[in-house]
Amino acid sequence: MAIHADKDHASRMTPSVGSTYDLPDDAGHFGVYGGMFVPETLMHPLEELRTAYDACRADPNFQTEMDDDLRDYVGRPSPLYHAVRWSRELGGAQIYLKREDLNHTGAHKVNNTIGQALLARRMGKTRIIAETGAGQHGVASATVAARLGLECVVYMGEVDVARQEANVYRMRLLGASVVPVKSGSRTLKDALNEAMRDWVTNIDNTFYIIGTVAGPHPYPMMVRDFQSVIGREARAQMMERTGRLPDALVACVGGGSNAIGLFYPFLDDADVAIYGVEAAGEGIATGHHAAPLCAGRPGVLHGNRTYLMEDDNGQIIETHSISAGLDYPGVGPEHAWLKDSGRARYDAITDDEALAAFHHLTRTEGIIPALESSHALAYAHKLAPTMRPDQIILVNLSGRGDKDMHTVARHDGLVL
Amino acid sequence: MSRIAQRFQQLRESGRTALIPFVTAGDPVPTITVPLMHAMVAAGADLVELGVPFSDPMADGPVIQRATERALAQGVSLTDVLEMVRQFREQDSTTPVVLMGYLNPIEVMGYAAFAQQAQSAGVDGALIVDLPPEEGHDLIALMKAQGLDLVYLLAPTSTESRIKRIGDVASGFVYYVSVKGVTGAGHLNTDAVAAKVAAIKSVIPLPVGVGFGIKDAETAAQLARTADAVIVGSAIVSQMERLAATPQQIPATIADFLAKLRTAIDAVDRSTMPHAESPR
Ligand SMILES: Cc1ncc(COP(=O)(O)O)c(C=O)c1O
Repeated sequence: MAIHADKDHASRMTPSVGSTYDLPDDAGHFGVYGGMFVPETLMHPLEELRTAYDACRADPNFQTEMDDDLRDYVGRPSPLYHAVRWSRELGGAQIYLKREDLNHTGAHKVNNTIGQALLARRMGKTRIIAETGAGQHGVASATVAARLGLECVVYMGEVDVARQEANVYRMRLLGASVVPVKSGSRTLKDALNEAMRDWVTNIDNTFYIIGTVAGPHPYPMMVRDFQSVIGREARAQMMERTGRLPDALVACVGGGSNAIGLFYPFLDDADVAIYGVEAAGEGIATGHHAAPLCAGRPGVLHGNRTYLMEDDNGQIIETHSISAGLDYPGVGPEHAWLKDSGRARYDAITDDEALAAFHHLTRTEGIIPALESSHALAYAHKLAPTMRPDQIILVNLSGRGDKDMHTVARHDGLVL
Repeated sequence: MSRIAQRFQQLRESGRTALIPFVTAGDPVPTITVPLMHAMVAAGADLVELGVPFSDPMADGPVIQRATERALAQGVSLTDVLEMVRQFREQDSTTPVVLMGYLNPIEVMGYAAFAQQAQSAGVDGALIVDLPPEEGHDLIALMKAQGLDLVYLLAPTSTESRIKRIGDVASGFVYYVSVKGVTGAGHLNTDAVAAKVAAIKSVIPLPVGVGFGIKDAETAAQLARTADAVIVGSAIVSQMERLAATPQQIPATIADFLAKLRTAIDAVDRSTMPHAESPR
């Protein structure tokens, strides 16, 4: 496949040949966003992490090691699939799906945990910690920890532990300990706080694998780099298949890692429209949503400046989405920058629209998508009919829906 | 000279180590905070650190997290905390008050508004936990313009270059975090702390306070040998938690506890101590 032509690692860490986009700056800023807003206790460990990551970035052996793992363990490259029947039914643009659902562990999350775990090993760390909401990142972390023989502790809000039982069990099977977090709103944001607290306490032997493009520098950059394998592959696959670039990219945005992974290698392609899709929950107007880019404002949380959902006193407020993976009050700082700069557009899809898309794809293509990814699908569903049949939409199918059977069944009035 | 600098000068002249209690403003009820501050001063507190509640206190252990949640359940905002300081100042114009909190509530209020309102309420300085000097230029300038001190944390992991960097912007005093961990953590190694405090003092010409993990009079006394200030938070806040249902008992109980710490600290003879010489 064409992507194997891309063997020079220097080219794979930049969006495209002749690129002009070079964010973040040295201190991790994307315009006014990003940065390192952390307690002094974390400044030195973050500097160490950055030094280690810079060394790996420049080391072809690290890249080879990572490529081998992505191929043999994750199953990359993931296919690019032309959803012919669905496209025809919508009567507009051709829809292609980047099949991250076919990765080992069922989502894009593993691209990042593979990279960070290799880095952890190089740094001589013996223990990894992670935060998780839906449990997908927790599972992906527990998976790589099992494979590398590292101790693994996953922090998960008490509320999420109760609603994602199957993933909790998966993590435990893999040998991880899952610690229910009882503070604050007892969801993903609190799990992230607790993981940070663990990290400052056990800094000597512990590596913190953040699951999305959030957190302090260098995490948003590092996770983006690891996830951008999605966009690099998709770009090459699209060129090979159709001889041209897509007209539009669509991806769901929780913290924003699958989205930036797809978008990043296309940022310099001015003719490619970019759409990020947040969770509108019960509707933006109800306040019960998880759409900081669409309905929040800039602030500082979890080590970076970005758009947040907060009250008038600057307290972070609870979010709602039917998909636990999008249920986060912040968003990666690079998305905040892409929004303000106008390079990407952000919109939101409600629980009901996502569920409809979930059923629709399942019935027309025989693919059961994750509820997170269903937000991107629902947006493509709206976009396609406004475009011509010779145009192309590339949707990131970030994960598969097996983990969501209980949620969807409950919504349909069934108990499994 | 700022109220904080003045206070440390007096302490130095009388050969004493400062005792700095921390409480979360509004915990467990907003009405108790000002009387509690006065009671703590009467029991020997030299400076009061007031926590501004934030929904995501990343650097705090469970005790202060719960205090924060109790305060937030009462709707306590940054504006309310400034109002408490204003009330405190009606009866106490000499004891310095330092706010300790996270950046986001200040972002929402606006940097200029915060600096101006904090000054007019009688606040003397602020320790913004998640604002390292690298990210702080704008707020630092505005606060300095209002005569407010900027207190910074230093950690066991702070390298010499970081200590220097913080020395460039810090004023009032610096706060050495005595353990790798969050507030309220245990296992404090007083020898290691003494060595690091000495290292900090060789770089930064400000008083050095030590905190995180000081639970009793004995540890406080040990640290008084090396530090210019002993900062006690979780040990106070956990007693307040036990009395959350009867808040009117809190000021007297906490005053008793502080009086014991005061006696233990004052029993230490600072004149024999190698690292406690006055800052240059
Ligand atoms: C399948 C899937 N897609 C998307 C997300 C959202 O995360 P991000 O926005 O970082 O891609 C998650 C998070 O759990 C997920 O499991």
